[in-house]
Amino acid sequence: MFGWLEKNPFFFAVGVFVVIAFAGLIEIIPDFAQASRPLVGTKPYSVLELAGRQVYIKDSCNACHSQLIRPFKSETDRYGMYSLTGEYAYDRPFLWGSKRTGPDLHRVGNYRTSDWHANHMWDPTSVVPGSIMPAYKHMFTNVTDLETAFAEALTVKKVFNVPYDKDIDGDGKIDVVLGDSPADFEAAKQRALQEALVIAKETKREDLVNMVKEGKIPEIVALIAYLNRLK
Amino acid sequence: MQNPAVEYDYTVAKWFSYLAILFGILGMGVGVLIAFQLAFPELNYIFGQYSLFSRLRPIHTNVVAYGFTLSGIWATWYYVGQRVLKVSLKESPFLSGLAKVHFWLYFVTALLAVVSLLFRVTTSKEYAQFEWPLDILVVVIWVMWGISIFGLIGLRREKTLYISMWYYIATFLGVAMLYLFNNMAVPTYLVTGMGDPLHSVSMYAGSNDALVQWWFGHNAVAFVFTVPIIAMIYYFLPKESGQPVYSYKLSLLSFWGLMFVYLWAGGHHLIYSTVPDWMQTMGSIFSVILILPSWGSALNMLLTMKGEWSQLKDSPLIKFMVLASTFYMLSTLEGPIQSIKSVNALAHFTDWIPGHVHDGTLGWVGFMIIAAIMHMAPRFFKREIYSKKLLEAQFWLQTTGIVLYFSSMWIAGITQGMMWRAVDQYGNLAYSFIDTVTVLHPYYTLRAIGGLMYFIGLFMWAYNFYKTMTAARQIEEEPKFASPMAA
Ligand code: HEC
Ligand code: HEM
Repeated sequence: MFGWLEKNPFFFAVGVFVVIAFAGLIEIIPDFAQASRPLVGTKPYSVLELAGRQVYIKDSCNACHSQLIRPFKSETDRYGMYSLTGEYAYDRPFLWGSKRTGPDLHRVGNYRTSDWHANHMWDPTSVVPGSIMPAYKHMFTNVTDLETAFAEALTVKKVFNVPYDKDIDGDGKIDVVLGDSPADFEAAKQRALQEALVIAKETKREDLVNMVKEGKIPEIVALIAYLNRLK
Repeated sequence: MQNPAVEYDYTVAKWFSYLAILFGILGMGVGVLIAFQLAFPELNYIFGQYSLFSRLRPIHTNVVAYGFTLSGIWATWYYVGQRVLKVSLKESPFLSGLAKVHFWLYFVTALLAVVSLLFRVTTSKEYAQFEWPLDILVVVIWVMWGISIFGLIGLRREKTLYISMWYYIATFLGVAMLYLFNNMAVPTYLVTGMGDPLHSVSMYAGSNDALVQWWFGHNAVAFVFTVPIIAMIYYFLPKESGQPVYSYKLSLLSFWGLMFVYLWAGGHHLIYSTVPDWMQTMGSIFSVILILPSWGSALNMLLTMKGEWSQLKDSPLIKFMVLASTFYMLSTLEGPIQSIKSVNALAHFTDWIPGHVHDGTLGWVGFMIIAAIMHMAPRFFKREIYSKKLLEAQFWLQTTGIVLYFSSMWIAGITQGMMWRAVDQYGNLAYSFIDTVTVLHPYYTLRAIGGLMYFIGLFMWAYNFYKTMTAARQIEEEPKFASPMAA
């Protein structure tokens, strides 16, 4: 049979394809629906948090940081409760990482504060001597691209039914307000600015507060909103 | 074996060889820089934000994988394909024209990719960082290659496909399937009409995204760093040594075994994660089984040298290739070991993983591409290889570099893994995270020095190649087997 396949390239190619596609079908399909179910009460990211997540992605923090706490005592002692699949239901893309040059960040919001982050991102070694993490000073002047974050939120709401503008925890109030069309962007921006102002004040940095007051959110503020959300 | 009537067209094979050298130097230059950054963080700021570790690491991985390795694959494809099918590209103006378009489109896309990563345009998915417009270009390039393969097959004189052809075809199909599924994304601008037009959001969320990503990621390794490199060694080692492949049956078994088993192994990237247990277990088990077909190919190659080991002493090219298959055996033993659940618990997230990666990429991929291009050079230019001594020196320098690289990363990885879990007498964690960082400084330094040695070797290679092209003694006839070299 193999001798024949080697003289008939078309069937050879079909044979190879079937053999390699097989594993994918069996491994990936069965659990797809289940794994994407959100943990009860998990809320989608606010526009500001999503913008911060985009900053995290743009600067590839996942090159050094994981967001996946494995179920071992040594990890839960260090980072907190191990990660559950439902917590990631709104993570597109996932950010588990593959290398821990720095610590896991999946629950960093539980034990670090806005001003800690601001100081640390400005100059890691001033906060943690011996750190090899780079400083991210450009984030203190770059302005967050809120519009793209809004576009992403709107896209996932429309295409994947992510529950924006819904009452998720059952207290009768809408949890994360977004809107339905690009026309709602202005309102979303105002909400993001309010959120950002609180964080900017927490960082105790004058320059950040002033930027937000001028209607411009520095990337670092969005990033901190995202890091604070990781719990 | 030779058919004197066919005169092969090496134009595009040559171009891709130049590019392999160029991208090799670029990609590994960045590799050396990021390696030094982990030891000396001040180096992060030499080009402002554009030289931060996190900006450069994806550039390193993409340039070496999709620049250096793919160029190497295509350089050999446009050489080996014609020869094993006994048909020249000159016979088909369409296919030879297509080959040139393939080259240029690829070159432009590769440059755009580097620039986009430098300017923070990335999806963050490992080995799939490119945003959607680049993905579309990649698909076009890939289809061109497919037409080239099947077009040439359509014109062939040799009816039976040689073993290398099996592996090139598998590379084409495997990457096509994986790339398409993993890069499924929705461009946000097309849905909402606002924001950054380059931005897209993954079709999959959370654990599913991870599953698809590592099904892809692991097999991107399979179909870029393994399968096409096997295609190379099955052609170049028998050619250079003048020995027939040791066993056809073993080639058959290894090929179909590899195709069947490889795709299951992706789960080993997700052990102790939130994907279902049975998948993690499958990933672990199939990874161990993967030793069989992997060692099958490697042993088949080593046994091809049976009774001819004196060549190992005489020819630096044989040295490169024999050591390449040995490193292939080392990494295909190491990988399965790291996939065993209890070992993975220790090894995952540590420096042992890059250590393992580079056994394979430096020792196996790098050495095979270097040897293949140096074997082709006398055929390209009708000149002997400029300097055997230089090639020998390069071999030893780079081999020492690899040994420094993996031994330092073994120690670093295991130290890190042990410190993360160490507890004191009361059961509390013994070390804060920063302790586990600073302790690695000497190993990071050693690794960087090892990398630097390998990198210097690349310049020796480039120089030798350039001199072969321009200044070496001319030869009358295309050499049949061993490549002629000046001392
Ligand atoms: C070169 C690898 C590297 C990169 C890239 C990197 N980090 Fe780090 N990070 C570290 C190391 C090492 C530490 C531990 C030492 C310290 O706290 O500075 C750390 C610590 C942290 C901490 C403190 C966590 C804790 O539990 O104390 C946070 C938060 C953090 N990094 C965020 C980021 C963000 C956000 C980015 C991307 C903009 C980033 N890091 C990029 C290496 C890196
Ligand atoms: C001079 C040679 C090289 C040096 C110094 C080097 C250095 C590095 C460094 C420092 C990293 C990051 C590791 C970390 O995050 O801790 C890395 C990652 C990587 N390199 Fe290289 N590299 C070299 C050659 C290559 C080659 C030739 C290839 C492939 C053909 C390659 C493929 C990769 C891959 C796939 C990763 C990601 C590994 C992972 O995610 O675990 N490298 N390299």
